Amino acid sequence: MSNQQLLRQGVAAIARDLAAKKVSSRELTDDYLAAIEASDLNAYISVDADGARAAADKADADRLTGSPAHLLGVPIAHKDIFCTANTATTCASRMLEGFVPPYSATVVERLQAAGVVSLGKANMDEFAMGSSNENSAYGAAKNPWDTTRAPGGSSGGSAALVAAGLAAAATGTDTGGSIRQPAAFCGVSGIKPTYGRVSRWGMIAFASSLDQGGVLAPSVEDCAWLLSAMAGFDAKDSTSADVPALPDFAEEGLPPLRDGLRIGLPREYLTGIQGTVMATAFDEARRLLESAGAEFVDVSLTNTAAAIPAYYVISGAEASTNLSRYDGVRFGHRASDAIDLADLYCRSRSEGFGAEVKRRILTGTYALSVGYYDAYYVKAQKIRRLIQEDFLKAFEGVDLIMAPTTPGPAFRLGELSQDPVAMYQQDVFTVPASLAGLPAMSIPCGFDAGLPLGLQFIGPHFDEASVLSAGHAFQQRTDFHQQLPGATP
Amino acid sequence: MSWESVIGLEVHVQLATKSKIFSGSSTAFGAEPNRQASVIDLGMPGTLPVLNEEALSLAVRFGLAIGAQINQRSTFDRKNYFYPDLPKGYQISQFGEPIVGAGKLTIRAEDGSERIVGVTRAHLEEDAGKSLHEDYDGMTGIDLNRAGTPLLEVVSEPDLRSAAEAANYFRQLHALVRYLGICDGDLSQGSMRCDANVSIRPLGSSELGERTEIKNINSFRFVERAVTVEIARQIDVLESGGRIRQETRLFDPDRDETRPMRSKEDSQDYRYFPDPDLLPVIIDDAYIEAIRAELPELPEAKRRRYADELGLSDYDAGLLTDDPDIARYFEATLSAGAAAKPAANWVMGELSAALNRDAVDINSIPVGPDQLATLLARIADDTLSSKMAKTVFDALWQREGDVDEIIDKRGLKQVSDSSELQSLVDQVINDNPGQVEQFLAGKEKVLGFFVGQIMKATGGKANPKQINDLLRDALKRN
Repeated sequence: MSNQQLLRQGVAAIARDLAAKKVSSRELTDDYLAAIEASDLNAYISVDADGARAAADKADADRLTGSPAHLLGVPIAHKDIFCTANTATTCASRMLEGFVPPYSATVVERLQAAGVVSLGKANMDEFAMGSSNENSAYGAAKNPWDTTRAPGGSSGGSAALVAAGLAAAATGTDTGGSIRQPAAFCGVSGIKPTYGRVSRWGMIAFASSLDQGGVLAPSVEDCAWLLSAMAGFDAKDSTSADVPALPDFAEEGLPPLRDGLRIGLPREYLTGIQGTVMATAFDEARRLLESAGAEFVDVSLTNTAAAIPAYYVISGAEASTNLSRYDGVRFGHRASDAIDLADLYCRSRSEGFGAEVKRRILTGTYALSVGYYDAYYVKAQKIRRLIQEDFLKAFEGVDLIMAPTTPGPAFRLGELSQDPVAMYQQDVFTVPASLAGLPAMSIPCGFDAGLPLGLQFIGPHFDEASVLSAGHAFQQRTDFHQQLPGATP
Repeated sequence: MSWESVIGLEVHVQLATKSKIFSGSSTAFGAEPNRQASVIDLGMPGTLPVLNEEALSLAVRFGLAIGAQINQRSTFDRKNYFYPDLPKGYQISQFGEPIVGAGKLTIRAEDGSERIVGVTRAHLEEDAGKSLHEDYDGMTGIDLNRAGTPLLEVVSEPDLRSAAEAANYFRQLHALVRYLGICDGDLSQGSMRCDANVSIRPLGSSELGERTEIKNINSFRFVERAVTVEIARQIDVLESGGRIRQETRLFDPDRDETRPMRSKEDSQDYRYFPDPDLLPVIIDDAYIEAIRAELPELPEAKRRRYADELGLSDYDAGLLTDDPDIARYFEATLSAGAAAKPAANWVMGELSAALNRDAVDINSIPVGPDQLATLLARIADDTLSSKMAKTVFDALWQREGDVDEIIDKRGLKQVSDSSELQSLVDQVINDNPGQVEQFLAGKEKVLGFFVGQIMKATGGKANPKQINDLLRDALKRN
């Protein structure tokens, strides 16, 4: 096995090697750090080599004393939207350059408690706003399958570094597709759990009613292992759901595909990809799952077309006030030599935020303003409810919904950056599940001219197990997720 | 022309919770700047608010006390504006669906007349921090200790008709929140602040005039002054042919005037919308009933009980129930055996005078309810005249001992020994034949002369009633 293959073999495989003492966490960590050093993908914003080595050494020591933790010593990366105590957290914004939080996100703490080693912070679109990673103040991460192409966004760094074997897995966040779309573009697996499943404490807010932490990794099984460790009720987040915890998938394994599982095919999604390579890959995926015992049913999600505008109104509105705290007064970028308070606010924010963040603050502010509130914000919320109802109705007849993750493979860097509306359309298949708060996952399902394609499963609220089980069943019968960039079939 | 003033108050009541409304930081007053501001209060990235359940229950307690609709579903909204002492760039408040809906408060004027003032709503919100403009030469200091302190904003209907009524409403709301134990009521520390909406209209008109809002008034007296001068200003403006502009004004107590702060044209668009970090608050009947069961006797019920059961006048009952600590003291005095009327007279008289004179808190004075009851018992059993009792009270206040010790030590015991008094009476009559003749001729007033002589001889310790009786008997015998 080549070094890249070793580092890309996934969380579960690495954990088994660590448990069998075939390799130490320190050796692995050093290998990852070397690979990161050699990489020019710009997938990391910062690397904490010393912290990672110390954590790896501790994991190795804990293993000697018999710690049974499945994830002990597995090196991962955190999207730079998760606060990490005493290490820089930038959200890929100039605004937070040099910001070092004194607290860690619940996700970071839980994974740390499970024994994982954090290598560093993954690149992303500024404040998670974007679908290409081009909105990062640190420059876009590159897609390892073709470095002239976007890795997707906003968790583009997370997807790129997993695909390239620069960590065993990475955390991500998904507001309208920010885990699933980059996972699809980079040929990895990524799950956005049900809204409320993973605590938002310490996860820097973009749009609070939509933001949800999740994970990207080579396989569904890897995602499941990490998700078990990071999910669960957290009293520090009022929107965290106090529901029965997920099973520990590392302990129990993933449930097999239920015989006679009914999977819905949403008409509105499929008309959008007719005649494409994606459509062919999708049909093959369907046949494969049929032969594995699943039944397919046509479903209709009639309000799909309204999802994108509703999403950009709601997420913009929430973002416009979530980002008000960046005012140059207490933390973050402060303009020098302000002449008065208005000047301090104006210049700190003008200098600290990038163009896309400003665009969304402006549109969101507009949508909440007197005279426009009903026409935009209230109406968008009504659409959101209709979309939720569409899904709830569909789930009366099916167990899961299967759809493409994106209309096609990764676009070129720069291709859409001058056309925000075309860029927003990238989220057409991912946004509806976000608006409905449903668990959704993207897994590799084929290639289009050497570029990965993503297949999406959407499940009922809190039924991550069904989503994971379908994805796992697919991966047990295919090897798309095992293909490595640079060695495409 | 005669004018009628129309006033409504928005009172911010600082709730007496130990920790802040959305974080675990202490709400204690007076800490060094920014020592009681957690990462949540500072609005640090990724931090989230969690509602302090205690604040919610205090708000419900208030709502039940004013007979208000308690909304079983209420929501939190963001009120967006930039200011350096507002860390998140928005204040979390309740806009669309407040916890407390419409209720009412009965207020009593000094003349005993009652009015019902409508309360539109009461909602929970977080306080901002403080901007310190004085101490930092050309810069502003920010203290975020207060940021996130829970407030209950009580909004009245425009039912108040005079400055005195407005002050009275504020005062009685103050009494109520102290009875309920939901606010410490310390105005000097900003525990209650109010905004007054003031307009005037021709007497008899039912339309509302253009109103102004006077911001941030923090004492009963200032409410009365601010509203008084604002009404006078509005009358001046209208009578000289001007027009009232809808604006926010500030009261300057030093110059006894209100000044414009900002006009409606500059008013901000707060872009209220539901806070996505906080779920709607849903409470059930059991929750509400559990709080109702814990409600203390409220000032209104207590006042009626004092009048109906204790036989006190409405005025006395009103005075005694204004302050829950005074009422508690009064009731403890009764429990220690005192009769209601003398106890009421002493609490409102000597005791209140001493409290005001020394500006002390009733909970930390040297004369406890037991001592007052003993003192009243010594009056009742004729050991003390009421004049001597005042001397004993002053000695108690100076911590000279308990009631009986002081009476002994100072030899204040009233002379009620009949034989001793009888010989004094006989002697005074013998020594003053002229006055005796006058009395017998029908000059009743001369009796006072004899009483005075005996008091002089006993150093004021004689029991006046007894002297009277003895004198009359002796004089009749002449």
